[in-house]
This record gives sequence, structure tokens and C-alpha cells, in this order.
Amino acid sequence: MARSGPIRVIVAKPGLDGHDRGAKVVARALRDAGMEVIYTGLRQTPERIAEAALDEDADVVGLSSLSGAHRVLFPRVVDELRKRGLGDVIVIGGGIIPAGDAPALIQAGVRAVFGPGSPTSEIAEFIRGAVKERRG
Amino acid sequence: MTPDSLGDARRHWERETLAKTLARFPEREGKFETLSGLEIDRLYTPLDGEGRGYGEEIGFPGEFPFTRGIQPTMYRGRLWTMRQYAGFGSASETNRRFKYLLEQGQTGLSVAFDLPTQIGYDSDDPLAEGEVGKVGVAIDTLADMETLFDGIPLAKVSTSMTINAPASILLAMYAVVAEKQGAPLDKLSGTIQNDILKEYVARGTYIFPPEPSMRLVTDLFAYCAESLPVWNSISISGYHIREAGSTAVQEVAFTLANGVAYVQAAKRAGLDVDTFGPRLSFFFNGHIDFLEEVAKFRAARRLWARLMRDRLGAKDPRSWMLRFHTQTAGSSLTAQQPLNNVVRTALEALAAVLGGAQSLHTNSFDEALALPSEDSVRVALRTQQIIGHESGVADSVDPLGGAYLIESLTDRIEAEALRYIDEIDRLGGAVAAIEKGFVQKEIEDSAYRYQRLVEEGRRTVVGVNAFQVEDEKMPPLLEVDPEVGRRQMATLSEVRAGRDAKAVTSSLEALREAAVATDAALMPRIVDAVRRYASLGEICHVLRGVFGEYAGAGR
Repeated sequence: MARSGPIRVIVAKPGLDGHDRGAKVVARALRDAGMEVIYTGLRQTPERIAEAALDEDADVVGLSSLSGAHRVLFPRVVDELRKRGLGDVIVIGGGIIPAGDAPALIQAGVRAVFGPGSPTSEIAEFIRGAVKERRG
Repeated sequence: MTPDSLGDARRHWERETLAKTLARFPEREGKFETLSGLEIDRLYTPLDGEGRGYGEEIGFPGEFPFTRGIQPTMYRGRLWTMRQYAGFGSASETNRRFKYLLEQGQTGLSVAFDLPTQIGYDSDDPLAEGEVGKVGVAIDTLADMETLFDGIPLAKVSTSMTINAPASILLAMYAVVAEKQGAPLDKLSGTIQNDILKEYVARGTYIFPPEPSMRLVTDLFAYCAESLPVWNSISISGYHIREAGSTAVQEVAFTLANGVAYVQAAKRAGLDVDTFGPRLSFFFNGHIDFLEEVAKFRAARRLWARLMRDRLGAKDPRSWMLRFHTQTAGSSLTAQQPLNNVVRTALEALAAVLGGAQSLHTNSFDEALALPSEDSVRVALRTQQIIGHESGVADSVDPLGGAYLIESLTDRIEAEALRYIDEIDRLGGAVAAIEKGFVQKEIEDSAYRYQRLVEEGRRTVVGVNAFQVEDEKMPPLLEVDPEVGRRQMATLSEVRAGRDAKAVTSSLEALREAAVATDAALMPRIVDAVRRYASLGEICHVLRGVFGEYAGAGR
């Protein structure tokens, strides 16, 4: 699916966690980096996040969780995207995610995990590279 | 030395001594700023306090305006309450952690609830999937609360509960458990957070829209004034505002503006300010900029005393006293080189003590990675014990009081916070300012500014953008049992099967009627429902039906 134009990103908070400082900072930094970013707000179900990705024709879905629910919820988002034929949307995650959990998330289809202290420039760079590949 | 000759002396020093040094050794920066962006001068002298009346601005501890502390002897009488926030998994696991902390010399309990509990869903609700027992203990019914405090005498221990939207329900459960233990309610001591306004701007565990939420808050004030006279009926919290990225000035300003809104709402509901004023308590962040934080606590104390006496009409001196809990800053911790967090936390805790905190939670060094392990939480508690018992800082009241920089910074933080409060007043008060998204926007801007400073290397965070190491060794982390959700659901269905279903239904119906009648007291109906083992989710479902749900501002 080759297309041009700004990279489109959904930043989402799955689950009940209310800590969205990181999600908002990342959303703003990606906007400053020239991407079109939609922040969904708190308490999104995996279904709603996948719907938003469909509606917004997103290249990337960025998930943030600080509650420990990432093990269950991040793979659920990947599944919901696949159900809608969006298996090629790039899913990345961040928050309080122990290093030991990352391999299982990657296995489940999350492309990268950015822990605390990750520079937003690194996230933007990763996204640019991955989207370039996806858009072909 | 008179100010004039001191001024002359200072100019002489600048000319003769300072200039030579600056010529040879330039300073590290052109401009020095606190973490919050307040400019810090090279040197503070008595000239910075010219015109400041000692009695009006600083005064004596235990007297208005309480700049130096709320008690005349402060920690010479008793150290602050050492209170570690804890909770994970099931009620029985958390009960074991509580007992461990008490054995280690902790002097008060602090309950962390899981997110479904905080947002009013039972553990078997589909929306609770993946969250049960994760960031705190799961509580569905009175039965869980009985397990949580099993073997812990509630007449003797003080307990803080971090619960907001469903605060009434958890406090009702606590009161019923205490009653079953035979503890007299008028002796129960502790704090319920019950601070919904900061949930809308910083913490996110709201359920209902602001208006009915404020009714629940003041309804709980009235219940406490009548039945739990020594219980703190609210903990007006700047902690989460700061964690969300605000500056120190914003933390003070937005917290006290929320405080003003609660007092005004309670007065409108017919309560006399001096019946609940002495039971209002506060909760601040202990952040990493040491001197700014000490000044912040002092400024907040003085500003609240003035607001309560001069603006809100409180006559009882106890209503003027800002009593506060502090938690060290989770957002200052790094996942990189986690042992460094012990040092950060110690500095932050020291600032809280020098700022006159009544109780303190010190974060564990592994909290940027996971919930704290038993070993890491012990080091955190020991940090407080070392400050209290070894460092000597607790032996004199407000030992930094009178320091030129501290007093000057205290004045500035108070003045700038007051300017923000005036601005919030112009927007129609804290509730209106939140509904308009003003407070949220201010916090987000500050958070982003800080992130830029770190990424541009203008703020050094040790181990993150400087002094990094490769191949770090990570500490062993606490794992919450993944089966906890399933076990919690089993417990809940057992309770449901064993209770008197008719009594539950009728108690919930009585609550619904009270909620619909806008002037009825809610707490007695909630206590009744809880006693009959109605679940938190069932009670919240009734209230959601009447009050509706908050959809978020500016989404």
C-alpha cells in the first residue's frame, strides 16, 4: 500500500490506567516531528483503538501503559488490528514495561518497546524507518 | 549593618572580589534555574528580605501563618508518620505486606487499590481484564476488606486510602470492618484521598461528571464530621499534578485552588467551614530540586493559612493549618542504574522533612521498573528512619527557616501561586478552569518543556542523558501472580452466592432513591449497601445510572 503524505499515528491508552503524561509528550513530539497524531484519551478498549486506526488510516499505533496490563492488552490490540485487515500497521509500546516482558510483546506483534527515559527523537526515528519500509 | 551600608558592602564585594573571580573562572551557566524554571541568583543576603516582616511572613511554629510548621515543637515531639503506599494482588497478599511493613517499624498504613476498584468496576467486569490486582489490591466487597485488615487493629493503626471517585464506598467498608472489630468510630484515624478534581487533570480515575462528584465529596465531609471526627475527609493532592509534569508553583497553585473549590462547595451544601476545615489534609510531591521543594512546602502552608482565614472565613486556627503527606517523586526515578534512585529518594525525603511534612512515603528504587519488592521497600523505609534517627535534622524546628535563599524562594513561590489562583478565579474557579481545559493545558506545556530540556541536554539526568553505562545488572522485580484475576473472580462469585440477595437489592434501591433526591445524604445508604455485601461495581452501577459518566474535557 504505497502512499505519501505525512505519517499518521494513533497514540492510545489501553485499559484503565490514567497516567498519560508520557503519551501526551510523545504525541506532541511526533507532531513537532511533522507527523499527524491523534491521541485517543484514556480508557480505550483494544477494539476502539483498532477502530480508530482504521478510521484514521493510521500507519502507526503507539500504546502506553503504566499499570502492568500491557501483557494482556498490547497483544489484544495487535489481534484487533489483524481482524480488521490492518496487520501491517506498526504497533509500538511504552510505559512501565519490565525488560523481561519485551520479548513476549515482540513475539505477539509489537514492533518495538520504548521504556522510561527513551528520547522522543529515538521514537520518531524508529517510526520513520518502519513507515518507509511499510509504504515501500 | 544597616541595609544601606550592607548594600554598599555588597557592591564593594561585587566589584573587588567577585569580578576578579568571574574574569578568571566563568560560571557553569549564564543563568541558573530551579527545576521549575525559577531563576536562582548567585547569592542571597539580608537585602533579599528587606521589608519582610518576621511576624507577618515567617512567625513562630504553631502560629499563623504557620510558615515554620504547624506544631510548636514539630519533630522534637514526634517524628512524621512513616507511611509506605502498598497494595497488589489479592487482599490476603496485601495483608501480608502490611504486616511486614508494620514489623519493620512503619507507623501508618497506606492502601493502594487496583484500577478496577478505583474506577468502580468489579473484578469480573470485562473492562477489568488485565488490570485486576496490578497497581494495587482488588476490592470487590466487604469480604475483601475484612481480609485486607485481618489481624490489624484499626483502633490502633492509622490508615490512608488512595481512592477518589468511589471514596465513599471504600470508607464505608473500612468503617464497617472497624465496627466488626469493635473499634470505636470516633477514634478511627486515617485519611481518604477523596480528591476528584485532580483526577480530571492529572490522575485519570474519575467516574462521574464534576457536579455529582463534588456532591459525593461534600457528602463524605458531612459524614466524617458527624461519625468519624478525627478522620481526614480529603487529601487535596498536588502529587499527581506534579507527576503529570507541572512546575512547583503550579503544583501549589492548582492544589490550593482545588482546596478553595472544595471549601466553597461544602459551604454551599450548608456545612460550616470550621466543622470540616480542621480535617482537610494535603498531599504534595517531594521532587528533586532540594531547595525549591523546601521553600514550596513552606509557601503552601502560609498561602493556605491566609486563604482559609482571610478569604474563606475560617475562625478555628486548626482550619488554617495545612497538614500534608509527601511522597517522593516517582517521575524523578530512572529505569537506568536503578540503585541511583535510593539517593534521589533520600534527597527528596530530606526536603519533605525540612519542609515540615506530617507523613511521608519514600519510593523504592525499582519503581521505574515494576511494583516494589520487599527488599527495595525496606531500603525506602530505612531511608526515612536514617533521616529521622541519625541525621539530626529532626531536632530543631524548621532548621532552614531564615536562610536568605529559602525565605526569598518561599515568598516567590507563594506570590506566583497566588497569581495563578487569581487567574483561575477569573475563569470561574477550579471546576470551571478544569472544564475549560486550562489546568490540563498548563500542566502539559510544562511537561513538554521539561522533556525538551532533557532531550536537548540542558537538564542532566544522571544515567539517562549523561553518565550512562552499558550492560546494566537489573534487580529482581516483584511479579504479581497472573492468576490473581481468576482467584478474585472466584471469591466474588462465592460472596454473591452467600449473601441475602433481597437485602442487597433493596439497599441498592434505597441508594438510588437518595441519589435521585439531590439533597439526601448518600453515605448512610452506602454504608447499608456495603454491610449487605453489595459489591463496589454494583454500587457504582447504581450511581452511574443516576449521575452519568464523565466523558473527558477537550477530547
